[in-house]
Amino acid sequence: MSPTRRSRQVAVILAATLATALSACSTGDGGTAPAGATGTQDAVDAALKAGGEITYWSWTPSAKAQVDAFQQEFPNVKVNYVNAGTGTDHYTKLQNAIKAGSGGPDVAQVEYQALPQFALTGSLVDLGQYGFNGFEKDYTASTWNAVKVGGALYGLPQDSGPMALFYNKQVFDQHGIAVPKTWAEYVAAAEKLHAADPTKFITSDTGDAGFATSMMWQAGAKPFTTDGKNVKIDLQGDGVKKWTSTWDQLVQKKLVSSIPGWTDAWYKALGDGTIATLVTGAWMPGVLESSVKDGAGKWAVAPMPTYDGGKPVTAENGGSTQSVLKQSANPALAAAFVRWLNNGNGIKPFLESGGFPATKADLDSPAFKDKPSPYFGGQQINQVLTASAGQVVPGWSYLPYQLYANTIFRDTVGKAYDNAAALDPALADWQKALADYGNQQGFTVNGG
Amino acid sequence: MTTTNSVLRPRRSPLLTGVMVLYLLYTLVPLAWLLISATKTQPDLLSTSGLEFGSTFALFDNIGGTFTHDHGIFLRWLGNTLLYVVVGAGGATVLATAAGYGLAKYRFRGRRAVFAVLLGAIAIPGTALAVPTFLMFSNLGLTNTPWAIIIPSLVSPFGLYLVWTYATEAVPDELLEAARIDGAGEIRIFLTVTLRLLLPGVVTVALFAVVSTWNNYFLPLIMLSEPDWYPLTVGLNQWSAQATGAGAQPIYHLVITGSVITIIPLVIAFLLLQRFWQSGLTAGSVKQ
Repeated sequence: MSPTRRSRQVAVILAATLATALSACSTGDGGTAPAGATGTQDAVDAALKAGGEITYWSWTPSAKAQVDAFQQEFPNVKVNYVNAGTGTDHYTKLQNAIKAGSGGPDVAQVEYQALPQFALTGSLVDLGQYGFNGFEKDYTASTWNAVKVGGALYGLPQDSGPMALFYNKQVFDQHGIAVPKTWAEYVAAAEKLHAADPTKFITSDTGDAGFATSMMWQAGAKPFTTDGKNVKIDLQGDGVKKWTSTWDQLVQKKLVSSIPGWTDAWYKALGDGTIATLVTGAWMPGVLESSVKDGAGKWAVAPMPTYDGGKPVTAENGGSTQSVLKQSANPALAAAFVRWLNNGNGIKPFLESGGFPATKADLDSPAFKDKPSPYFGGQQINQVLTASAGQVVPGWSYLPYQLYANTIFRDTVGKAYDNAAALDPALADWQKALADYGNQQGFTVNGG
Repeated sequence: MTTTNSVLRPRRSPLLTGVMVLYLLYTLVPLAWLLISATKTQPDLLSTSGLEFGSTFALFDNIGGTFTHDHGIFLRWLGNTLLYVVVGAGGATVLATAAGYGLAKYRFRGRRAVFAVLLGAIAIPGTALAVPTFLMFSNLGLTNTPWAIIIPSLVSPFGLYLVWTYATEAVPDELLEAARIDGAGEIRIFLTVTLRLLLPGVVTVALFAVVSTWNNYFLPLIMLSEPDWYPLTVGLNQWSAQATGAGAQPIYHLVITGSVITIIPLVIAFLLLQRFWQSGLTAGSVKQ
């Protein structure tokens, strides 16, 4: 079965289950937690002391080591670690378990982009009731904002993905290309590179919703705003246009490669210079090191280009949190595990696995910040990446059905990429589809 | 005029031969790619082209890696798949054979209704029923257990239909009457007379059921969240998905080797049962 067909099937399933979840939420009164619950950590400490058993779903590479370390520290707690799938598979199962009312984990990994969907359907526990709002000062502003939905707290941030420009220095030097500081320079570099060697491309992009929304974020757009059941979608504003007017040039002149991300061909192209740059999250070095061995010594990191070349501004790409499910039989113990994972000793195994943290103390520690990376030719890459973490445009939020939105991105905006056509009309199609879907799901969408 | 153009010795057509060769290549090239790729290390896989061998011949390392990665979970998945195939497809074959024969050879009220339901069941794709089935099994507390895969696999409307039509043609009523006159009971007739006559049809149904259970992907994907119960298809997909996103750890070489190991039993089943398969497919095509 082809991946497209499968993801479409999954999209249908997601849509079907989300529909029922939302209607359940709108007819019942207990759908959403009282926004911004407050309390103390006493219940959590007591639960940890009493012990018990919880289930944890995650696909992060550090999860197994973290669970082992936790059980060593707290032998009276048994954590059943389950890798229920990566990305969409995981969410489908989570959504199904929520719909069924049982069978879900106590603690689940949830990406920031997926959090509003689970939070707004009343599936997650507001951790404010355990006094976790006091941890705000420990995290970067953008990740803290990502775990707050409608004033309530639905997880503690685990990792973050402040964006930067990863570029193949060898290719840049070979063709005498300077590292672009602005998006205009980036487009010029793309033209120069492709003219000098038609087999090489500045980057690859076949229409990736995660990347597109991050680029809108950096450009200052706030296309998705949610207030209760009212959703506003604006993909035609100035911020979005700022991005599309740049990216249109690359797409229409076919200066971006059409190799799909995360495929074997993509990994190969990252190693042999076919793809010369990646504008992506700070978690990328770990992926390059472990999976693109051919690229060792070739890659370097620079700040994300900006539109005006002035004050540096960035956005987040990716990143996830751990949330406690409402159906958990022992939410206080589950919350204790989340606290340990992302505000305790769980951070150490996470860092050892090459993760990029969301905690200020770890980002600022000299051991982390000044560590030279052999893969990047000894460059102290974390200096660039941690600086980016502080330059994220504030106030971004995702749609309460972002997972569905991302699955149909290829069907609408993807066509513009395939046909080297303008992005704005395609984004208008996406907006229309999203508004229609949102209205069907019981939201009132402004912007259809 | 020579006698080369007879029914028994048809004339050779270069055009048709050419089309067949193209089709053969179309079918075999992906298989060749798979087999060649299974001999490569992960770095070779990404740095060499698909139809050439890599710098090292790593097939045996890959096979070892596939069976030992993640504490040997692949072996567990293989065992799960065998369990689902033996119990699920085996049960489906038994049920389809018994029911198909019964519907073909006994007259009783409601036969037509069964026929209508059956045709309807064939027309509905399994994918459309996945979510309702999931919710039903969830209420029964059976999700995340092998039963969630085995029970839906036990029913094969298409297999039933095949046996039904096959039995109508292949089992003469006269033979059944003769057996009854000789004093054989219905069960004995089924086991000693009918089953032998039905064998090609039964093998066809078994092959269909084995293939569809072996390749079953969507149902286990929805039903199971515990990797210990995954069949090979869902497990390999999980390995493949590891290459995506932050913290990606691509193990394409193991995914590919695992895929080769996964298709070997099916290839063997096809080669061994080929003649049944062919005779089953043409069943009823010639009126006697």
